[in-house]
Amino acid sequence: MSNLLEVHKVVKQYGDYVALNEVSLNVPKGSIYGLLGPNGAGKTSLIRIINQITLPDSGEIILDGERLQPKHVQTIGYLPEERGLYSSMKVGEQCLYLAQMKGLSKTEAKKQLDYWFDRLGIQGWWNKKIQELSKGMAQKIQFVVCVLHKPKLLILDEPFSGFDPVNANIIKDEILALKEQGSTIIFSTHRMESVEELCENIALIHKSNKLIEGKVADVKRQFRTNSFEVGILTSNVEGLMYDITQKFTVSPANFKSLNDDLKLNIQIGNATPNELLNVLTQRGQVTHFVEKIPSINDIFIQTVTENKV
Amino acid sequence: MSIISLIIKREFIAKVRNKSFVVMTFLSPLLFVAIAVFIGYLSSMKADTKSIVIHDSTGLFVSDFLKENKNSSEFKFYNLSEFDLKALKDSIATERFSGLIVIPKTTNVNDLEGKVEFISNNSPSISFIENTQDVIASKITKLNLEEAKLDTLAIQKAQSKVNIHLVKASGEESLKGLNEIKIGIGGAFGYLIMMFIIIYGNMVMRSVIEEKTNRIIEIIISSVKPFQLMIGKIVGTSLAGILQFMIWAIIGLGLMFAASAFFGVNVGPTARISPELMQSAQHELSGSAQMYIAELWNLPIASILIGFVIYFIGGYFLYSSFYAAIGAAVDNQTDSQQFLLPIIMPLILSVYIGFFTVVNNPHGSVAVIFSMIPLTSPIVMLMRIPFGVPWWQIAISVSLLFATFFLVVWFAAKIYRVGILMYGKKPTWKELYKWLKY
Repeated sequence: MSNLLEVHKVVKQYGDYVALNEVSLNVPKGSIYGLLGPNGAGKTSLIRIINQITLPDSGEIILDGERLQPKHVQTIGYLPEERGLYSSMKVGEQCLYLAQMKGLSKTEAKKQLDYWFDRLGIQGWWNKKIQELSKGMAQKIQFVVCVLHKPKLLILDEPFSGFDPVNANIIKDEILALKEQGSTIIFSTHRMESVEELCENIALIHKSNKLIEGKVADVKRQFRTNSFEVGILTSNVEGLMYDITQKFTVSPANFKSLNDDLKLNIQIGNATPNELLNVLTQRGQVTHFVEKIPSINDIFIQTVTENKV
Repeated sequence: MSIISLIIKREFIAKVRNKSFVVMTFLSPLLFVAIAVFIGYLSSMKADTKSIVIHDSTGLFVSDFLKENKNSSEFKFYNLSEFDLKALKDSIATERFSGLIVIPKTTNVNDLEGKVEFISNNSPSISFIENTQDVIASKITKLNLEEAKLDTLAIQKAQSKVNIHLVKASGEESLKGLNEIKIGIGGAFGYLIMMFIIIYGNMVMRSVIEEKTNRIIEIIISSVKPFQLMIGKIVGTSLAGILQFMIWAIIGLGLMFAASAFFGVNVGPTARISPELMQSAQHELSGSAQMYIAELWNLPIASILIGFVIYFIGGYFLYSSFYAAIGAAVDNQTDSQQFLLPIIMPLILSVYIGFFTVVNNPHGSVAVIFSMIPLTSPIVMLMRIPFGVPWWQIAISVSLLFATFFLVVWFAAKIYRVGILMYGKKPTWKELYKWLKY
């Protein structure tokens, strides 16, 4: 799969502070790409560079095979983390204005707006002023504004903040629908569960450096610990414990189960799961056997704490 | 280009729709007219006629004062020369009369110098004193002439007036007094530009700050270049300002006429000129009036008007771009105050240069230099144009003006872009230079 966006060794400095230190990213076409990192990691700096709000000190950005140029702003949709619209302007006019700035003709903009307002069930807002809307309502308008011109690349910075669960779900579905239509989406957030749900690829930026990048499954494989959660019903707990501690590392586990079973976390190291199962089945009834897959949250916390220099 | 016109349109509509704009557009002329009417009413409210008593022991001047009663309603002169001077003085103290002119007895009227007294409780107005002195002095002159057996009429006839004809080398005739008209025209236009900049410059600045306070700045800057945004804002806001100015002018004039008709108060220039003055002025001018009018038509009217439009637009744009640069550099309006003074200074300077230097010597080196410098040229050059300025000077001045405008807008755009991302951190010169290259 080819990459829609390639970031090559981008460096950005503010005075003595290095915001981005030779960061390189590859965002595959048609994917949802999670850009993760703790506060102040450099995510926003990178996003601003991609949006050509600022320019990198060095490095190169390739969008759809071309070096990033001013004309590309029309193919990018951007939802900044800092939300805002002209507060005294009417919703409809404002959307038309912003859409035309992205190169849409007035009629085309109107058509798109009708489509989106209808889709999100906000037709009645056309003549309202932004200052009359609630924060969540204004967020919806902003979302519409950044997707109106059917951008090839959509950059969403914390898209769900400020939304109630119902609306967050609506937006999530829209993001997925846009992806189906071929948009590539860069998704920056601190909400790991939504990354887990949406993203196929992630990158983790920490302290101005990219630490992890790849497909979610690959990253998880890289972070797997070969641990298994085991539930077992046995009459001879001591015998079981003796057997497994011979070969594996064991710690108590905590998961929900209907049985009154013994719950363990077992690290098998280089052994195969079958070897563990063999030991277990000899000693009792296995009720639960699951590989512990690290969540993105775990990976995030682990990476960030490990690199706390 | 289409994006700039889009921004211009939005700025214009946003400004014009703004409630405060609408309110101010229609309230300001009302306020202005209300003040004008009030002042007109006050000045037309005749102070109570003051009774002035004349105690003329010579008996020579009374008749001249009484003649004055016909012209002035402010003062009424009474001849009470028969009465006892002490009783009259008492009557002043008890405020039965406002003032008392005492002319002592004398054999030679020329000895009256310094001996005529005016007694009152309140100090009299300067015009009253001058008027009184005039009456007495002209009477004395007349008496002296009669004594010398000179014919006053003959003397009046003998007095002559000379008007020097000013002729330009190009053959155009011009009148000496015309210079005042030229100064008047140039000055009025210059003042208009200054007023407009002071009133509407702030509007541009607020408009530039708008995106920051609304937090929409990132969306906008990820769509358009700051330079386009700046130009759009300056032009859009200016158009709104020009519209408001025009509405004011129209409403103002309309209301003035309506008010003066309604209240029966003389509002406007005629209120300040007394009928006598008008008469005398007419009398004096009747000879040269026609020539003046003819000369007015000889003024380079076309170049004055075209110059006004160009310098008005250029000057306003240039100063607006400075306001825009300030707006770009600050986060909110309260921070901007300290930057405003340096903008106003050159404006005031150019008005002073215009009224002192240009008036004395329209083509002197100081006037020429300041009519080239972009910051002062809109006003100074405009004041020079009625005196005739070589076209190449205008060309240099105008191109400098517009070049500076674009330079400042470009600079403002740079500041704007850097300002977004600096988060209160001061940019170093190196950084600033790097930004300027983008």
